Amino acid sequence: MNIDLTNTTTRRIQEALTQARHVMGGPAVGMVLTLIIVTDESAQYDAVRAATEAAREHPCRVLTVISRDARGSSSRLDAEIRMGETGPGETVLLRMYGPLAEHADSVVVPLLMPDTPVVTWWPGGRVPKAPASDPLGALAQRRVTDSYAARDRLGTLARLAEVYRPGDTDFAWTRITNWRSLLAAALDQDHDEITGGEVSAEPDSPSAELLAAWLEVRLGVRVVRASSDGPGITGVRLVTKSGDITVSRPDGRVATLARPGQPDRQVSLQRRPMADLLAEELRRLDPDDVYQDAVTRFAKDLSAATAPQDAKAEAEAADRAADKGADKGGAAKKAAPAAPAKRSGSSK
Amino acid sequence: MTDTAPNPLRDPRDKRLPRVAGPCVLVLFGVTGDLSRKKLLPAIYDLANRGLLPPGFSLVGFARRDWDHQDFRQIAYEAVKEHARTPFREDVWEHLSEGMHFVPGEFNDPGAFDALAMAVKELDASRGTGGNYAFYMSIPPKFFSTVTEQLQRSGLADRSENSWRRVVIEKPFGHDLKSAQELNDIVHRVFPEESIFRIDHYLGKETVQNILALRFANTMFEPIWNRYHVDHVQITMAEDIGIGGRAGYYDGIGAARDVIQNHLLQLLALTAMEEPTSFSSEAVRAEKAKILSQVRLPDDLSLATARGQYAAGWQGGVKVAGYLEEDGIPQSSTTETYAAVKLEIDSRRWAGVPFYLRTGKRLSRRVTEVAMVFQKAPHQPFSQTDTEELGQNALVMRVQPDEGITVRFGSKVPGTSMEIRDVNMDFAYGESFTESSPEAYERLILDVLIGDPPLFPRQEEVELSWRILDPVEEHWASQTKVDQYKSGGYGPESSDAMMARDGRVWRRL
Repeated sequence: MNIDLTNTTTRRIQEALTQARHVMGGPAVGMVLTLIIVTDESAQYDAVRAATEAAREHPCRVLTVISRDARGSSSRLDAEIRMGETGPGETVLLRMYGPLAEHADSVVVPLLMPDTPVVTWWPGGRVPKAPASDPLGALAQRRVTDSYAARDRLGTLARLAEVYRPGDTDFAWTRITNWRSLLAAALDQDHDEITGGEVSAEPDSPSAELLAAWLEVRLGVRVVRASSDGPGITGVRLVTKSGDITVSRPDGRVATLARPGQPDRQVSLQRRPMADLLAEELRRLDPDDVYQDAVTRFAKDLSAATAPQDAKAEAEAADRAADKGADKGGAAKKAAPAAPAKRSGSSK
Repeated sequence: MTDTAPNPLRDPRDKRLPRVAGPCVLVLFGVTGDLSRKKLLPAIYDLANRGLLPPGFSLVGFARRDWDHQDFRQIAYEAVKEHARTPFREDVWEHLSEGMHFVPGEFNDPGAFDALAMAVKELDASRGTGGNYAFYMSIPPKFFSTVTEQLQRSGLADRSENSWRRVVIEKPFGHDLKSAQELNDIVHRVFPEESIFRIDHYLGKETVQNILALRFANTMFEPIWNRYHVDHVQITMAEDIGIGGRAGYYDGIGAARDVIQNHLLQLLALTAMEEPTSFSSEAVRAEKAKILSQVRLPDDLSLATARGQYAAGWQGGVKVAGYLEEDGIPQSSTTETYAAVKLEIDSRRWAGVPFYLRTGKRLSRRVTEVAMVFQKAPHQPFSQTDTEELGQNALVMRVQPDEGITVRFGSKVPGTSMEIRDVNMDFAYGESFTESSPEAYERLILDVLIGDPPLFPRQEEVELSWRILDPVEEHWASQTKVDQYKSGGYGPESSDAMMARDGRVWRRL
């Protein structure tokens, strides 16, 4: 069922939802959360698709906030309700025009599912300055950003670390769960003490930075970042006395695990689609302390790497952080000086 | 795998990281069977696809077929394509199938087991499986002793200090107390209790955890979970299919041994047990064993049990044969395809609350559920006519096919007159949770490979269950007549009569 409401109000949207639910026999019963997607017209389609897929695991009401032409003088709200066609749950696309776009929370609040958790997700490059104090972020228990989609990826991630509040998380972190799982499994076996490490990945990769930071925090050793041609993360090397434990994935599909004194083993290590990432985020709604540790360490390392070189550059970096995404990858160059800040269009 | 130092990358706060099995070989006996093709091989692929199998994981099939590795891989490929839950990915399959090997042979052929021993040793060297072997016995119980002896003789069962051996056996765990003990002795001669995993594939871990969460994570259910509020409990597993091609296995076993002994009694234990001190395997098993040892059969079994065989008829729009007409079933068979038992529990919480267990084949539809039926309100301020249609409140834990909770209570019918009628309120664990939540077999296999036993019944529980069921089977063995019931219906009339004697009725399927 598809209902279009133009120039409407939240009251009318609510009524339409209730009525549609009666007609369809109550698909909203048993919804476990509300997912707010803050996006624009261009990224909307993929995001809603991913959310619909994730809703198979987590039945939810999806509120998609699309701001259109915020400069216009008159406010207008258009709504599109989709129910019962694509899966469980219901999807509402809210298009906001004019000054209303600045007050999206006033539209969203009455439409939240009562007394169930709220998750706000910013797909695409629209990463808020501070997710927790953003009006739509403040409504949520869990705030999901994607620093990889931002123009200044590493600068964005560092800024997110600075304003971290419990409940924040980033897709750059979600993307490396497979890697972390494989590495943790590798260390479940007996091994010698680890004395150092290296993460190689395409330059300017927030996921690689987080992986390196996580390994540093957990292992208490220095983990250096090396640049490669990608795609994504291409390898991790852990140095031990008896030899290196390495996981390499040059093609973005199949990883090879090598350990001293043992045959190489191969395992499929796929890059994951957006719906998978979102479903993982919706599985746990409590603060991710491990992410906090990793992202804080990353921000600290980044500023340490930047500071001694040039005080001016640091000031610039700070400016850049404040002026979100205006510049392209300046801070990233400092972190990975060996390689140019190359950008590839592929998602990780 | 030795746990000398904790893994620095594992953090209890890190809930994203799944447990991944360590390097190992899974040896599958009876790989040509239905279960292997429809459940085990697809589940193994799904685990690989979800990244939960270790790099280098190897699977060795053993069966009486003249196959080479390629034939086995082809069979597995078809099984995975058809039955896997997750999408098919070439990369995943490629690396999984590289580790698939086949060893042909008879169970009583020492040469074949020597070949098997060679094959797994080779895998240790070529794929780094670390000398860890799990043996999955997807074979009839009569072969258990031969296979375990062969495993011992060929040295496959001997483990070195840093490796493990595990053996998986499937229900039925014997056909009475004595045979269960014998079976146990056979397996125990070779494997210690902690490396034996008994699989009841009806009872997925997800279900068990759902029941435990409902009961012990909430406050609103516990206060009424006792004889002061519960009138009786009905535990049902109904199937709409007949015995299919399983005549050889089924005849002589019957519904009670097939389902009640393991599945329904496990559900009873989970429903009735006290709160465990923790959710460790030991604590949960201790509570289950306690409640099973408190179960008592009524004195007169002829009044408290019922059984039947399905007769020819129409089931779901299809004409179906009766049990006695199925291929391979003798005309004189007295094996039951429907069984119902009334049980009581001698405890302060449950004294006087009967637990009715029923299971049957070729019934109207497929459902597994535990229903707590509550007492009627002691006083109704409404008139008799107002509440004529009001039954008893019920809380139903649905296990299959759509897992969830149903609450039945009375509600006023809209309109001016006072009329109160039963209504249902449903909670589904996500309409498609079934789609995304791991299939029972995946959980079971993963738990075996990780070595995490909490939900596998221990020998003690198996024996306690047989102690409950043996007198019923003896009683039935002394009877000659088995009731016939209509296919596609609700079971034999004797079963309804058993409830009627207590002034109760079965929930309609």
